[in-house]
Amino acid sequence: MATYLEFIQQNEERDGVRFSWNVWPSSRLEATRMVVPLACLLTPLKERLDLPPVQYEPVLCSRPTCKAILNPLCQVDYRAKLWACNFCFQRNQFPPAYTGISEVNQPAELMPQFSTIEYVIQRGPQSPLIFLYVVDTCLEEDDLQALKESLQMSLSLLPPDALVGLITFGRMVQVHELSCEGISKSYVFRGTKDLTAKQIQDMLGLTKPAMPMQQARPAQPKEHPFVSSRFLQPVHKIDMNLTDLLGELQRDPWPVTQGKRPLRSTGVALSIAVGLLEGTFPNTGARIMLFTGGPPTQGPGMVVGDELKVPIRSWHDIEKDNARLMKKATKHYEMLANRTAANGHCIDIYACALDQSGLLEMKCCANLTGGYMVMGDSFNTSLFKQTFQRIFSKDFNGDFRMAFGATLEVKTSRELKIAGAIGPCVSLNVKGPCVSENELGVGGTSQWKICGLDPTTTLGIYFEVVNQHNAPIPQGGRGAIQFVTQYQHSSTQRRIRVTTIARNWADAQSQLKHIEAAFDQEAAAVLMARLGVFRAESEEGPDVLRWLDRQLIRLCQKFGQYNKEDATSFRLSESFSLYPQFMFHLRRSPFLQVFNNSPDESSYYRHHFARQDLTQSLIMIQPILYSYSFHGPPEPVLLDSSSILADRILLMDTFFQIVIYLGETIAQWRKAGYQDMPEYENFKHLLQAPLDDAQDILQARFPMPRYIHTEHGGSQARFLLSKVNPSQTHNNLYAWGQESGAPILTDDVSLQVFMDHLKKLAVSSAS
Amino acid sequence: MSQQGYVATPPYSQPQAGMGLSPPHYGHYGDPAPAGAPPGMTKPAGPLGAAPGAVLPQGPPPPGPLPLGQNGAHAQGLLPQRFPAPPPASSAAPAYAQYAPTAPPSYPSPAAASPASQLGAQLQAMHVGGGSGMAPPGQGPPRPPQPAILQPGSQVLPPPPTALNGPGSPPLAPPGHRQGGLPGPAPPSAQLQPPPLPGQSPGSGYAPQQANYGPPMPGPQLAYPGGFPSGPAQMAGPPAPQRKLDPDAVPSPIQVIENDRATRGGQVYITGTRGQVPPLVTTDYVVQDQGNASPRYIRCTTYCFPSTSDMAKQAQVPLAAVITPFASVPPNEGPLYLVNHGETGPVRCNRCKAYMCPFMQFIEGGRRYQCGFCSCVNDVPPFYFQHLDHMGRRLDYHEKPELSLGSYEYVATLDYCRKNKPPSAPAFIFMIDVSYSNVQSGLVKLICEELKTVLERLPKDEQEEASAVRVGFVTYNKALHFFNVKSSLAQPQMLVVTDVGEVFVPLLDGFLVSYQESQPVVHNLLDQIPEMFADSGENETVFAPVVQAGMEALKAAECPGKLFIFHSSLPTAEAPGKLKNRDDKKLINTDKEKTLFQPQSSVYDALARDCVAHGCCVTLFLFPSQYVDVASVGLVPQLTGGTLYKYSKFQVHLDSPQFLSDLRNEVEKKIGFDAIMRVRTSTGFRATDFLGGIYMNNTTDVEMAAVDCDKAVTVEFKHDDKLGEDTGALIQCAVLYTTAGGQRRLRIHNLALSCSSQLAELYRSCETDALVNFFAKSAFKAVLQQPVKLVREILVNQTAHMLACYRKHCASPSAASQLILPDSMKVLPVYMNSLLKSCVLLSRPDVPTDERAFQRQLVMTMGVADSQLFFYPQLLPIHTMDVKSTALPPAVRCSESRLSEDGVFLLANGLSMFLWLGASSPPELVQGIFNVPSLAHVNTYMTSLPEVGSPHARSLRVVMGILQHKRPYSMRLTIVKQREQPEVAFRQLLVEDKGLDGGSSYVDFLCCVHKAVCQLLN
Repeated sequence: MATYLEFIQQNEERDGVRFSWNVWPSSRLEATRMVVPLACLLTPLKERLDLPPVQYEPVLCSRPTCKAILNPLCQVDYRAKLWACNFCFQRNQFPPAYTGISEVNQPAELMPQFSTIEYVIQRGPQSPLIFLYVVDTCLEEDDLQALKESLQMSLSLLPPDALVGLITFGRMVQVHELSCEGISKSYVFRGTKDLTAKQIQDMLGLTKPAMPMQQARPAQPKEHPFVSSRFLQPVHKIDMNLTDLLGELQRDPWPVTQGKRPLRSTGVALSIAVGLLEGTFPNTGARIMLFTGGPPTQGPGMVVGDELKVPIRSWHDIEKDNARLMKKATKHYEMLANRTAANGHCIDIYACALDQSGLLEMKCCANLTGGYMVMGDSFNTSLFKQTFQRIFSKDFNGDFRMAFGATLEVKTSRELKIAGAIGPCVSLNVKGPCVSENELGVGGTSQWKICGLDPTTTLGIYFEVVNQHNAPIPQGGRGAIQFVTQYQHSSTQRRIRVTTIARNWADAQSQLKHIEAAFDQEAAAVLMARLGVFRAESEEGPDVLRWLDRQLIRLCQKFGQYNKEDATSFRLSESFSLYPQFMFHLRRSPFLQVFNNSPDESSYYRHHFARQDLTQSLIMIQPILYSYSFHGPPEPVLLDSSSILADRILLMDTFFQIVIYLGETIAQWRKAGYQDMPEYENFKHLLQAPLDDAQDILQARFPMPRYIHTEHGGSQARFLLSKVNPSQTHNNLYAWGQESGAPILTDDVSLQVFMDHLKKLAVSSAS
Repeated sequence: MSQQGYVATPPYSQPQAGMGLSPPHYGHYGDPAPAGAPPGMTKPAGPLGAAPGAVLPQGPPPPGPLPLGQNGAHAQGLLPQRFPAPPPASSAAPAYAQYAPTAPPSYPSPAAASPASQLGAQLQAMHVGGGSGMAPPGQGPPRPPQPAILQPGSQVLPPPPTALNGPGSPPLAPPGHRQGGLPGPAPPSAQLQPPPLPGQSPGSGYAPQQANYGPPMPGPQLAYPGGFPSGPAQMAGPPAPQRKLDPDAVPSPIQVIENDRATRGGQVYITGTRGQVPPLVTTDYVVQDQGNASPRYIRCTTYCFPSTSDMAKQAQVPLAAVITPFASVPPNEGPLYLVNHGETGPVRCNRCKAYMCPFMQFIEGGRRYQCGFCSCVNDVPPFYFQHLDHMGRRLDYHEKPELSLGSYEYVATLDYCRKNKPPSAPAFIFMIDVSYSNVQSGLVKLICEELKTVLERLPKDEQEEASAVRVGFVTYNKALHFFNVKSSLAQPQMLVVTDVGEVFVPLLDGFLVSYQESQPVVHNLLDQIPEMFADSGENETVFAPVVQAGMEALKAAECPGKLFIFHSSLPTAEAPGKLKNRDDKKLINTDKEKTLFQPQSSVYDALARDCVAHGCCVTLFLFPSQYVDVASVGLVPQLTGGTLYKYSKFQVHLDSPQFLSDLRNEVEKKIGFDAIMRVRTSTGFRATDFLGGIYMNNTTDVEMAAVDCDKAVTVEFKHDDKLGEDTGALIQCAVLYTTAGGQRRLRIHNLALSCSSQLAELYRSCETDALVNFFAKSAFKAVLQQPVKLVREILVNQTAHMLACYRKHCASPSAASQLILPDSMKVLPVYMNSLLKSCVLLSRPDVPTDERAFQRQLVMTMGVADSQLFFYPQLLPIHTMDVKSTALPPAVRCSESRLSEDGVFLLANGLSMFLWLGASSPPELVQGIFNVPSLAHVNTYMTSLPEVGSPHARSLRVVMGILQHKRPYSMRLTIVKQREQPEVAFRQLLVEDKGLDGGSSYVDFLCCVHKAVCQLLN
């Protein structure tokens, strides 16, 4: 093991875990002084090519309050066939199946390389995956057409035995009965009336008095779920029917008069979808996919009225407390989201509209259930089409990259307690000895439910060191954490993935250097950012920024090397060097800044930030900028206005956008058509290179980023200009006219100014 | 007389007063001496009033303009003016014409009678309509006063107008008469005419009205013993040799009908004259509109209103009109003229808003006109100006229907439309109950099959090629299924709405479609519906949400329309309007009996109100196998102008023809949608009460979601003030409605009645059939509020009261023991008795609650012709029928005594038809009709006659066709053998007999009335 960097990387590869601190301060007091909390980013289902699941069930610690799973960190007495739980120290008998166990004949879960292991549970019924399409019909004709095609296409991508259902909505909500011959049949609901799950099931005839059925034949009940849900049918059976049905789908026929928005009953439609699944398939992997082309305009969950003259709420309105409908709507969707989560289903939102479509209010549906949120301008764009297609992509095993109904359980050794989690999850409210009273994120529990997750879904999990200062941990003691994720695999198997990690304790006073060196500034930046964004959901923007600033200053004070009151003497060690820069960009990011963003956009950005893994999150915080020129191979350059040069092509990846920017000269050349001349083939290649690289990114990214190809002076160049550090602005004209980049017309502070201030504050004894 | 009146409240409550007052009057009028005068006077009164207006001038002056003026259509326009023509070719014409001349002379002084007056006097005798009880037929001219004296006994020849004598009459009855009640033309003449007609004015044997069946009887005989303290049975007291009245001695409805037919049948009835009494509804006649609405549209209880309210109270004769605004008329009477006054809309009086009509008097050279209703003087709009001729009549009088006709239509402008938008064409929505039993019974399949052909015959406006009516389909059980049958669809779409608590329409486009365009999809749907629900085990149904849904659909489509609901069970599913079985026989004859007729919840009333507000008419076809609470579910069709059909224990193989013919008729029939009716009257009286399939939000506007040719509204009038005898009483009924083609129109019916200060005139102008219609409707309305027993008492009392008043004021003194009936009311008792025995007013154990509610509701919307048949069924002897003739065999009276063991009789009351086979029916007849060798082989379960080619079968079929013709309900045929169980139902319809479960016989009832009259007189 060479450097911490490698160690961290290796750990991430193997376990999908990255900790802010890789050596842990051994007492509560010291831990709090570290400023950045002890926390980790966990990617529960990280794709592991080299991890074949084992086909048996895990061995649990017998202590009822512990139930930790046998892992490589456990002490094993091969002779006595005993193992000691490394969390509660309970000594346990191996089960009978393990009688042949010995030092040389170890089960996989005891081998160190299987710190992460996956079990396949064989018992229990296997239930099919369920996809319930909830489709808005208040769309423009071509939008609807495109959506219909996408949906029809998706049928071929679904697992053949998966169940599908279709709900369409506009002014009314229609639940389509599939597999009808000769006549298409649907149940219609008023779009303005909220119904309880019971009512919905009654009205759909799902609560038939099962008496005659049960009495009739005992064989019947087995098939019951299939029989009773006329609305959810196996794809392979009703493939053609559904394709036709989708083909005949018409725009909402109710007239929309001038100056009105179409009446869109999204709230009721979702409510019915949730109620339908709740009644028929509780605790089975199911995905409600909502496709909407505008804001809900009536009924419960209404975000804006149908009068066009009343615009949809903006941040301004929200700050002024002028968003009349927001609270009520949010409450409606929250209630739905919680119900959905309780049933283990997830809700995706695909919102394609030029204006806002109420994602702010609906966000919890995706956020709490682990569903996707996709925002686009139109269903007739490749952004939507490819994103949607990618949902059904498969991994190297040919399995869908989706898992359902997961429960994540965290167990800690006794020096640690769990403070909370931030990610697409809901609390299961399981209290236990290892649950901290201090909450960070969603706390107060040691278990969370993640109804929908994919191999990149990442949660931030926050801990608290509870070891008292006066109870030192013996030298060489290690703290351990076990993550147990039970989920429904896309192959409908139930699986359990167990990751057990351990880190060294260190005394912060004597071994601060160790701790410092083991700081993972990337992980820390993302974890702090998640905390910040989490707070931003409920607090005012400026407060969050202030909090972030204070944390940064404290961190610098703690770990910087400086002479008091001498800003120039300030230095940070290598393991901290990038952290302030991350914070600088985070402050400017759309996650914390709402200026220039609609509430919907903010919700969208935050949604993705709260679920992506570390690499993607970092890109979101600080976009990557590559520069292409004749001077050499493409190189990453500073995200700085000084990088914008006339003879360069820039490729910026902000996660949500891919921007290709042609410098002034390049743009002129291209205009002059040099690329088409054989003698300038190299120019052609130069132009092509960023396009190819961009394609690579586009291929891998979910959701599909907005792809922007622009040039110097182009209107779309604003995407680039707003992201770079404004080192040159119209205010500091000294660089004006020089070869070194482009000035940005902004009053924002540049990184330089930010750092200067930071240093000053860090060294000041006053703060 | 202590009871509170129901409809006729005022008359009831005041009668006492009236009676109290009467003595003085009595003394005054009743005096035999002057008795002669009143008749003389009253008659003229009528004509007098009319004279200035129309009649007088017409007569003498050059007839030229008049006849010609008549719209070309009415070729016979000439007739009326020619009244002088001696031969009473058309009996009506002379009758009324005579009044005119008579009038002037007789008024001032009878003595001064010029030749004209003589003529008048002579003619008096022969009046038909006019001469109520007055003109004793046979009277010789020399005794003019006598006619007025209704004293039977004294007059040797014909008995009193209709003197019902106690027992003892039989001996004298003409033989022909009593025989099996073979009235025919012969008997009447036999009885009455021959003797009286000595050299009298032209034969015109009007005398028959007198129909004194009671042949002349010796004075003493008639009298009951003075006091009639006891029931009729006892009255036979001392003088009466027999205990019973001879049935043949009492007035026979058959006779009355036949007489009217004989005298007025096949003739032209010209409406020009005010206050003339039209022929009976049972008579065939042709109407020529000359300024008053045809009696087919409006028929009044009396054509001469008393001039003061005191008189009205005294007489107790209801003043009412039965209005059938859309009555179907024979083709030779032609459709109504359509008047278009352009963008400004119809010309109307500024004050009372009456529409331009023949009652408007143009003055000042045609620049202004005076409203005949409120007397307001209005400017004539410039576009409407026309010069007047020397008689003060507009020159364009004959070109403008609104100036010369009693009935016509206006094109309505946007002001008369909802939201000032032209109306959309109406829609029909078919809503089929697809619950388990309906599917199993095959009913659903039957309906769906039939709809395919019925839809080809949707109603349309005259000029239209295809019907503009759109159609929609809904099926339902516990949930509602709407169907999208847009023509562009490959297959229909079904939209299920299960939220019955708050039902709504799930689609707009494609629900209501043109049948022509969407035919393939509709057929596809109709084919599928029976299969679709073949496996459905759903037994529960909803009802109110179904209506609601239909109404909402029409509302969303912004068009009026009609729902055809095919329903079969009590709506017990959880939904608004849910009903529970509350049929409780124990309530019968208690104060709570009325609740059986009231709806269970207020939901239905509110629902009906909504329907009417949105022009949604509901027609309900019920197929109950048990109690369905007709009183509740039937409320909606009743209030929305729809029709209720009920097929109890429906069996597809037996009852389909009846149902299908009803369905076809219901779809095709002439109908106006989204209608508002307003009845305006001239000053002095006004319409106070409306009875029928209507909804009223205020006291004047009669709202009807739809009104079809069978629906009649009975309107009661009350005095506000004194009525002028010269101006008469004018009625204008205006109906604003939307045609089947989606045009907005106003249909106007005008009618002028005469007024008189003589009670005798009132009694003379009464129309018994209309009276019975009124009594039935008001009584059937009253049962909702009052115990039926009380309602029946009120009816009996009012009957007695009317007769007592007549006796007191109009009839000449006679023995108190004599029951004297005005000629115009001769058959009132038999009808009233039938009404009293109807199962609504008199519960019978074999009649289910639903049936009572059903009949109650049915009668509420009946026109006069239907109510007449309903309360006095037609009984035809089939065995005597001449198989070569297509005419109906002469009817016989509804009494068992008229049946004969060796006869076959057909009985029809408009709802059901019975073929009664006497125990020893002629085998050849049985063979001819049923194609079986003997009576024993006849299968009584059939509901239609087998197809047999024999002449008997053919003519029977023709007869049944005639009976069925124009009847709103297809009658269900029941075959009954004498002395077999099902005969009971048949016997119940023999209304002259004593009821099997109570209800007096005709004769008993007469005695009872007589007793009551005597009590009143004392």
